[in-house]
Amino acid sequence: MIATVISVPQLIVFVVAVVIIAVGGVGLLSARYPVHAALFLVMTLFGVAILFIEEGAEFLAAVQVVVYAGAVVVLFLFVIMLLGVDREEIASFAGDTVRIVLAGVGVVLILAELFIVATGAWATGAHSAAGKLDAGSNIGVLARSVFTTYLLPFELTAALLVIAVVGAVILSGRMNAATGVTEPARGGENLEVER
Amino acid sequence: MPGSWYLVVAALLFGLGTFGVLTRRNVIVMFMSVELMLNAVNLTFVTYARMLNDVGGQIAVFFVLVVAAAEVVVGLGIIVAIFRHRATITVDDISSLKG
Repeated sequence: MIATVISVPQLIVFVVAVVIIAVGGVGLLSARYPVHAALFLVMTLFGVAILFIEEGAEFLAAVQVVVYAGAVVVLFLFVIMLLGVDREEIASFAGDTVRIVLAGVGVVLILAELFIVATGAWATGAHSAAGKLDAGSNIGVLARSVFTTYLLPFELTAALLVIAVVGAVILSGRMNAATGVTEPARGGENLEVER
Repeated sequence: MPGSWYLVVAALLFGLGTFGVLTRRNVIVMFMSVELMLNAVNLTFVTYARMLNDVGGQIAVFFVLVVAAAEVVVGLGIIVAIFRHRATITVDDISSLKG
């Protein structure tokens, strides 16, 4: 654990970010409508991006906002609106006390373990082959590492994204019962619910 | 700022996500809770990257982001497909594999 001096501006930014994260997270869990949950998710993601900047990961903070708030949450909202499932979830927490109590006990156990790991000095960690973080600008260090040491995983992510796109197209198409071939959905008719 | 503070925040965020996955019944909200857990892990990676002065943690976050994006695309595709067949996204009603 590195010894650090706590400066007041850093502390203020940290506290504000934590408040944003906490309000967003609790709001996500307690929101009655899925759209509200998605908006609370954006709030949490922004708070995490603030913490990324404070920790010197500027590139990841930008990617966090662009990819999560700009792509993932928009996709969530799009699906919620497409399916028209933005109904109030009546029995979201009420009625099933056993499940909530068991989930609470499990979460408390996980939190206890994480707190012990986080506050103890157990994480020693050998240095990887990726290089030092303070060797230059954040984006330069990251780029050098991605395009040299981690070039193969980086190319595999390209393959993964292509597979994901193809999978999404196939999943959202409709299967032709006679031929077994998946056809892309045409406008309008795919919104009808098949029984 | 001490690194352990960030780790504690990440732990709390992970706990919130876990609780959401275990208690909510709306599949889309469960997916959002999974995103919370992924973000908690990302925060841990970035914190350890700073504590150990090693860029490997930030590279890991980069790959987690890509995998999370792919997961969301495929997962929402599955949700759309299930909704077309069953007209519901409540996990209690989706029990075809229960036997």
